[in-house]
Amino acid sequence: MRARRVTWAGAAGALVVLLALCGGLVAWLNVSGESPLTGDANSFVATPEQVARGAYLARAGNCAACHTDRGGPAFAGGKGLATPFGTVFASNLTPDAKTGIGAWSAAQFWRALHNGRSADGRLLYPAFPYPNFTEITRADSDALYAWLRTQVPVAQANRAHSLRFPYNLQASLAVWRALFFSPGVYEPVVERSVQWNRGAYLVRSLGHCAACHSPRNAFGATRDSLELSGGLIPLQNWYAPSLASSSEAGVADWSTQEVGELLKTGLTPRGAALGPMAEVVFRSTQYLADADIAAMAEYLKSLPQTPPHALAAVTPDAAVQARGEVLYKDRCAACHGVNGEGGAGTNGVVYAPLAGNRKVLLETSANLIHIIVNGGFPPTTAGNGRPYGMPPFGPSMKDEEIAVLASYVRNAWGNAAPAVSTLDVLNAR
Amino acid sequence: MARELAHSSRFMTTIASPFTRHGSLLRRGVATLALAAASAAMAGTPLAIPDTMAQRMQPCSACHGKEGRPTQQGFFPRIAGKPAGYLYNQLDNFRSGRRSNSTMTYFVEQMSDDYLHEIAGYFAALDLPYAPPQTVGAPADEIALGERLVRQGDAAHGIPACVQCHGTAMTGILPAIPGLLGLPRGYLVEQFGAWRTGQRKALAPDCMARIATTLTPADITAVATWLSSQPVALPAAAADTLVRPLPMACGSVPQ
Repeated sequence: MRARRVTWAGAAGALVVLLALCGGLVAWLNVSGESPLTGDANSFVATPEQVARGAYLARAGNCAACHTDRGGPAFAGGKGLATPFGTVFASNLTPDAKTGIGAWSAAQFWRALHNGRSADGRLLYPAFPYPNFTEITRADSDALYAWLRTQVPVAQANRAHSLRFPYNLQASLAVWRALFFSPGVYEPVVERSVQWNRGAYLVRSLGHCAACHSPRNAFGATRDSLELSGGLIPLQNWYAPSLASSSEAGVADWSTQEVGELLKTGLTPRGAALGPMAEVVFRSTQYLADADIAAMAEYLKSLPQTPPHALAAVTPDAAVQARGEVLYKDRCAACHGVNGEGGAGTNGVVYAPLAGNRKVLLETSANLIHIIVNGGFPPTTAGNGRPYGMPPFGPSMKDEEIAVLASYVRNAWGNAAPAVSTLDVLNAR
Repeated sequence: MARELAHSSRFMTTIASPFTRHGSLLRRGVATLALAAASAAMAGTPLAIPDTMAQRMQPCSACHGKEGRPTQQGFFPRIAGKPAGYLYNQLDNFRSGRRSNSTMTYFVEQMSDDYLHEIAGYFAALDLPYAPPQTVGAPADEIALGERLVRQGDAAHGIPACVQCHGTAMTGILPAIPGLLGLPRGYLVEQFGAWRTGQRKALAPDCMARIATTLTPADITAVATWLSSQPVALPAAAADTLVRPLPMACGSVPQ
């Protein structure tokens, strides 16, 4: 009896020690590798070159996409990013001393980007993509900091995140970080060219392409973020296709020119940037220097490729195809052509060819359904200032008709992909 | 046509990036060849698409009807012939979140000011006949109340007559005050509702929000009923200038 009590006490004691050790390990993992915080907000003296460079880098990082609310003051935050765990609200980056980052030092700003910790020591949610931004250099961080301090200060208090239990606890976030985040720096690959390394740096750090183009696990962490193998954007139901597959959005067999066209103008002979990528082109990549665009293209073209999917061995339902053809000829053929050949204006293709179109043939039909239901315009850019657009067919077509139409397009003119069901349409719209 | 040419030449001359689609004739040639080769492998030469605003604005017709006249669904507003300044303000309002309609926002959120101005100008310049009035056979007292509010306002409650700002003919005043005729009754009622709840805003001071929150629900339906029962004869162009100063300050119409 006595011996048993001792055993229980010992086990409980061991458990407490184990938990304390785990807690200690998690805490240590969360702050390890941090540089000492030196200097304060007043000790930083920016050069004009730094400020100009910071403005450019803010474009490259597309900071405004989250930190400027629709119709709100620039960089004052307040925009909500819906995640499967709740909504995270972007913070005020203007140099207001009370509500913005006016009282932050350059070292604290760097710690936020590099280590994901706020000036007050709180752990930041990775909706702010510091798993990517951690690779930003200190020099670039300082330039961003210098430029942000030249913005108009806006007194707008940060909105509290609205996250469900247990995701709303710093302790949960600490465990997440211990499991899925470690600070890193971009290590140039010596066998590769300077241009390739520049491209890799931009894609992986500032560009945070992996935030969408990599799959996420059940805890919202991106997996194999270096491979950019495609991911469903949480809650938006857009699939960011794999950049490592010629069946999806891989560009290994594209020319540098064509990759550049997509990122600078939002339009290529194969089709346009629509949905979330339209925003990336509109706010970010269209402004990047040609040399940086070429560097990104070189890196993206070199990504290790997974073998292309074989065309699905599907036998389309003849009745569905017959009905789909009628719908297609009625609604789509005037712009995309009877044979899915696309349409060209005076300066090139404006309506994507659908025969052989990778977007149409993606395994998930989410993007195709989105485009049929909502239509849309590619972004206006210097190279495509007056885009043609696609009407929304959601208001005038039933879910079942959209499924039939999508199935037809996926299996006409040599295309072959699994049929789309009414349920798929219901789930995606 | 002149405008189309002006635009294409502007884009052809000002862009020096190697990544534009139309940077030089040589590149255009190369692109065309590459395009031809790529398409030949797939499905033949692309269709020739007219280089016009009418073609570019196809997406709008899904709701606003062909050529900017509303469809038979009875809700969406006519945009053809509205003053360009008004249309631009609305496009910008959707882009900036002052008005909310998910389709409109989705369409304009990645558009430049230049393009929004051109779109506004395109629809403003359309001069098309109006359909017969949508509302028929409304109760006489409702019609009478509506007409009184539109023509005389309600001085006791500080409501100016609609015609004071929107013009005696109610066809709007350039550059930014819209006409009120030829709009669906449901659309009119919903706009008042949206002003009352803050779903629709304009640049401050938001005069229509003030008016909408002062009117009673019965006033609003009467105004919408009367306006949507009026036939519109052409020409229905907006008036050039305000005859008198506006009775209240409106952020969308700087004076």
